[in-house]
Parts: sequence; C-alpha cells; structure tokens
Amino acid sequence: MITIVDYQAGNLTSVRRALDALGIPCRISADPELVRRAECIIFPGVGAAGAAMTVLRARGLDQALAEAFRAGTPILGICLGCQIVLTHSEEDDTDCLNFIPGQTVRFRPTEPALKIPHMGWNEVTTTRPHPLLAHLRPGDQVYFVHSYYPRPDCPEDVFAVCDYGGLFPAAIGRANLFAVQFHAEKSGPLGLQILKNFAEWKPC
Amino acid sequence: MLSKRIIACLDVRDGKLAKSVRFVNTKDIGDPVAKAREYYEQGLDELVLYDITASSDNRAIMIEVVERVAAQVFIPFSVGGGLRTVEDCRRVLLAGAEKVNVNTAAVQRPELIAEAARAFGSQAVVLSMDVRRAPASEAIPSGYEIVTHGGRAPTGLDALAWARRGEALGAGEIVVNSMDADGTKQGYEITLTRLIAEAVSIPVIASGGGGKPEHLYDVLTEGKADAALVASMLHYGEYTVGAIKAYLAGRGIRVRKMKDEG
Repeated sequence: MITIVDYQAGNLTSVRRALDALGIPCRISADPELVRRAECIIFPGVGAAGAAMTVLRARGLDQALAEAFRAGTPILGICLGCQIVLTHSEEDDTDCLNFIPGQTVRFRPTEPALKIPHMGWNEVTTTRPHPLLAHLRPGDQVYFVHSYYPRPDCPEDVFAVCDYGGLFPAAIGRANLFAVQFHAEKSGPLGLQILKNFAEWKPC
Repeated sequence: MLSKRIIACLDVRDGKLAKSVRFVNTKDIGDPVAKAREYYEQGLDELVLYDITASSDNRAIMIEVVERVAAQVFIPFSVGGGLRTVEDCRRVLLAGAEKVNVNTAAVQRPELIAEAARAFGSQAVVLSMDVRRAPASEAIPSGYEIVTHGGRAPTGLDALAWARRGEALGAGEIVVNSMDADGTKQGYEITLTRLIAEAVSIPVIASGGGGKPEHLYDVLTEGKADAALVASMLHYGEYTVGAIKAYLAGRGIRVRKMKDEG
C-alpha cells in the first residue's frame, strides 16, 4: 500500500488515478501517524514552497516524513515534492526538509525565447543508473511544469538531467528517497512505468 | 529544448463527441473517452475537451466524461466550455483536468482569468480566443476581432490587445482559434498566430484549419506557435498522431516520439 501525502498542495488525485490504472493499492492521507507507518510514500505537489512547508509543519507531517526517511521507507517526491526535500528553496526563501543537501533555485533564462514556467515535454537523460529509471531510453521525453528546479550539493545525488537553457537536475535521490521534477503521472506510458518501478523498488 | 506539442480537441455535446464545421451543423461522431484513449495510445501530447452542450442540465454529464478520461489518459488535459466562475473551474480540475479553458466568460468578465490564476496558478489557466478578420479600424487596429457565441457575436475587442490583457491578467497559455480557418482544412491562420505569438511571452496554441501535416509544420515554424490543435484530421481517421509527428520530425521539428517508433 502506497500512502500519498496530502498537504493541500495541488491535485493529488491524478497520482491516485495513475496508481489505480496500474492496479497498485494506495490511499491519500494527511495523518502523520499513517505517514510514519507507511510501507511506501509518494510525496507529490504543485504550488509554492513556503505555503507547502507551513502546512507540513502545522500538521506534523515534516517530522513524520523525516522519521519515515530515516527508517528506510521508500519515498518518491514529485514536482514540488522534489524541491522541498532539499535544504532550502529560493521560492519564498523557505527552509525545507533537508533530506538531500542542496538548494531549489529559480530558472534564470539568458535567452529571452525561453519561457518561464518550463512547461511541456522535454527530454531527460540518465546520468547515473537507478532502478526507477531503468526503462528510460535516450531521447525519451516527460512532462514538466515548473519555474524552480532542484540543485543538490553533491553531484552523486543527481540521477537524470534535462536541458532548458542549460542542464538542470530532473531526477535526484539519496538512499530510500527518489524524486522527479517532472510529472510522472502525466508523462504517458513512460511515466506510469516509473511509478510501477517505484512500487516494486526495494532500496538497500 | 521543449518539444512542439500536438493537442487534440474533442468537442463534446451531451457526453458525445461532435465536430463542428464553422461551428454549425455539428455531427455526432462517437465516444469522447474512447477517442481520447486511442489518441493517447498513438502518442498524443495533450488533450482539450470542449463542452458544447447547450443546456446546463447536461453539465453533469461532462464532469463524468472528464472523470472517465482522467482514469484512462495519462497526459495533461484541459477542459473548456461554459466555465463562468472559479467554482466551475474547480469542479473540472477536481474531476481530473490539469487546466481550464476560458473563452466567452472571460470576455464578459476578464477578472475571471485573474481569479482562476490566483486560485489554481497560471499554468492551469488557458485563455481561448475565437478570432475573425475585420476591417482594421481605430478599435480593431490589428484587423482581427474577438468574437463569441460560436462566432456569431462580434465584441469590438482587438485580438492582439485581448491577448496581451489575458497574459497580464494571469493566463498561462493562449489558444488562438481562427473562425475564418476553422473547419476549412485549408491550413491555420499563420499571420494571426504569428502576430499573437510575437506579442506575448506565454505559449500560443494555434487552432482552426488544420487539414494535413504540412499545415502544422507551417504554423509551428512560420506561425511561431508552440503547439497546434488538431481535430477532424484525427477524428475521421485520415491521420494518426504518430503519422503527423513522423512528418514533423522528418522536417526537423522537435516532437515527442513514442517508444515503438524508435
């Protein structure tokens, strides 16, 4: 059973629908106790980092997630959930969960033709092998909608990159945590495969 | 770099698929959910469901269609038609859409764009505009006028000025639908599309007139569109999404390919 963390950050039902279509059992919960005891956690979200952290702290979900992370529970972050696992976000100058050392920073395009948010289908390239990205082939594209991106301090925490006026990390991870900046649940059959890989993932 | 997007538009009336030709004589051509799934499997990038139901009694049927599409189609999709309030928008987003398309209601009350952008973020708000050529005048300096009610009602709004206003109010994307080209299958309105695309810094989706893959090529290059909306080209089985993309890729346009196409 996958627990999808509800912290009032966007539409969680699209992740649930994708898991339903894959036949993977899941529930949506805002209860820190259920998050603490979850077998697997998906941490999605769209919206602003400041508001998200405020809700997580008010509900005690930040502590519950930290305990689950330390206990080795497989965790998948998506979009905003990929940004607030870092130490700090430039968005609203927000201190975040600090599961992976690093910063979430805003796109600063030097070419005026590059529109912000970065929205649409773009190519992702694996930089380090990871079981969740096992089906990713050169040229494969996934769906992005974001104005900020994750920038871990350690290069070994980056597993895939994408080019938008320069390379940025599109998938990051450490131990039992993996996080994607793109919307796996809206990235067609490839995105569904990544969710399936997560459900089957046994981090060591 | 981002790929150019191919977006299929499904006009839905009373829960059934319809395709309008110059917005009159709509003809029922099947189940929108089955079509959406078929195009998804062909590698479609995005979907628009447009509710053309006349009676508000049948709006609940549309929500059901949105829910069924969301359960089977794992690409972004937007819903438009008859959305007048933030609550209307919230309902379709909760049913599984990523974005809302506002059109006539935004012309009548432009604040709707700002309210929806505040509530859901600009990325969720698409301003759809129906445009018709008009003699250039003081009120319509671009020579393109916004029309509503399926093209029957001129508004006196200049299309270029309206596009800029929509962006300023918080729209995240603009669909430029040419009423002159719609249903003709003679090609998109390149001049209009380019005019708008050069005036705003949000993505522009060309709509109306697509009849063959080279029309998409023209509007994605010369017309400077970020995406092209297709309808009858797909609905009558003349082309598949894959065939359109293969054509575009062959001419050097960056598109997302499905795995089995190598």
